[in-house]
Amino acid sequence: MRSDRASRPLKLAALGGLLFLHVPLLFVFLYAFTTEEKSYQFPPPGLTLKWFGVAFGRQDIWDAIGLSLRVAALATTVALVLGTLIAAALARRQFFGREAVSLLVILPIALPGIVTGIALRAAFNLMEIDYGLLTIILGHATFCIVVVYNNAVARFRRLSGSLVEASMDLGADGFQTFRYVILPNIATALLAGGMLAFALSFDEVIVTTFTAGQQSTLPIWMLSELVRPRQRPVTNVVAVFVILVTFLPILAAYYLTRDESGHK
Amino acid sequence: MSIAALPAPRAGVLRGLSDFLLRRPGAYLALLLVPPLLWLGIIYLGSLFALLTNSFFSVDEFSGTIDYTLTLSSYGQLFQLANLDIVIRTVLMAAAVTLASAALAFPVAYYAARYAKGRMKAVFYLAVMMPLWSSYLVKVYAWKLILAKEGIVSWIADTLGVTVVLDGVLALPVVGGPSLSTSYIGTFLVFTYVWLPYMILPLQASLERVPGNLVEASEDLGAHPAQTFRHVILPLALPGMIAGSIFTFSLTLGDYIIPQIVGGSNLFIGQAVLIQQGTAGNIPLAAAFTVVPVAIMGLYLWGAKRTGAFDAL
Repeated sequence: MRSDRASRPLKLAALGGLLFLHVPLLFVFLYAFTTEEKSYQFPPPGLTLKWFGVAFGRQDIWDAIGLSLRVAALATTVALVLGTLIAAALARRQFFGREAVSLLVILPIALPGIVTGIALRAAFNLMEIDYGLLTIILGHATFCIVVVYNNAVARFRRLSGSLVEASMDLGADGFQTFRYVILPNIATALLAGGMLAFALSFDEVIVTTFTAGQQSTLPIWMLSELVRPRQRPVTNVVAVFVILVTFLPILAAYYLTRDESGHK
Repeated sequence: MSIAALPAPRAGVLRGLSDFLLRRPGAYLALLLVPPLLWLGIIYLGSLFALLTNSFFSVDEFSGTIDYTLTLSSYGQLFQLANLDIVIRTVLMAAAVTLASAALAFPVAYYAARYAKGRMKAVFYLAVMMPLWSSYLVKVYAWKLILAKEGIVSWIADTLGVTVVLDGVLALPVVGGPSLSTSYIGTFLVFTYVWLPYMILPLQASLERVPGNLVEASEDLGAHPAQTFRHVILPLALPGMIAGSIFTFSLTLGDYIIPQIVGGSNLFIGQAVLIQQGTAGNIPLAAAFTVVPVAIMGLYLWGAKRTGAFDAL
């Protein structure tokens, strides 16, 4: 039964692939403690905790985090409503234009981000909308819809139609059925989709560059530090923070939807 | 649904409304679809249309203002040598990144699909999902640390005494440069790293569907493992690989941040768009530039659809 055991080269190659995915992120952690401020010298000449204090005292970082959290929360809310509606419409029905609708949902992430970004910018210019919180949210919600949709549609397909019919037969109206039958069944999928949408929005930089005015979201702040580094270890501290903040919702989303087949 | 089982119209506006929607599935569907379609239709499609329209305008060379008469001059400019260069460079990079991702992804996906069981399977899944979802900028940043002149790769090369090899690689024409973080090799590594999970997931999904007994049959019939791979596994995994390549190819075509942070001074399509719409102020040319990746992806998707790659997404 040799085919039941992986050959050594395959094991090594698979392990190598996973190491390639994870080791670079470990260096980000290491560099948050380095004493070297001006370069990326390896190995670090010494280790210190002072950069965490420095980062904590920086108002520009707090402002960026605040803006990112507000944007992510509002964009996720919009995406949750719109994504669930589309999922409910597309999950079990066949109708004219169904394919077109599902393409339209996927388009904002299928097309390169720069296309979405510059297209939104062209439209905002045309309508003379000032760049600010609103324009950032408009952009983010647009590409977050698909994440919620993906999670919700998988759950809607698993939700048995006879449950809804039973509720109706027992005299519940459509809203009661939604409140007491459908919502409890799709809640965890929505929670998972919402968390992924939140993580996506919190991290987005390509579209945001085009739709933000003078304000900086956290990724925009990081990008400017990457292009023109000021205090490199402080950037590392923020990077560590970002890794930890995105780690939790993704882990939670996984546990909420793990028995679904074909999750993304 | 069994409408007949419902009692006659009941009191209350909400009940009336929900009964009405139940009897008219068309109205119900419209109610569900109208808000999201308004959003996507107006904000998104409207924007894309505005962009497309812009690409048919031109910029007056003397005043620098936009001339709103329809013309193909921006598309003509794409075929100037300098701009054509940018397009070709970007497409070659996208192709190289796609091939490298496929090669690196295959063992991981194959092991996860065929040998990992139970807990191990969950570990593999999370090990791919975490880097996929973790911050894009942090990932790029990590490579800046690794590839910097005074960074990790140089240190390793120095410790192993193979600095000569590293210098030799960097001295190569075109792909080399003063340091890894300012060469195309660096750009290529970062692209491959950042998009690799997008290749692993669909590839693994298609490998899960390869029936184990086909592989066993091939072995029983005396095929060498390489032959089994070539004639049984690879053709069945191809749709997943193509589905993954849609991501790696498209994402590379449209990215402007990675080549800006790690790479040489020559531009990629994304950077050209950014410069044209920003400092150069030539929005029509920027718009025409964005049509290039969209057109390439259109062709790519059309080709991919014919191989059945969409079932593997």
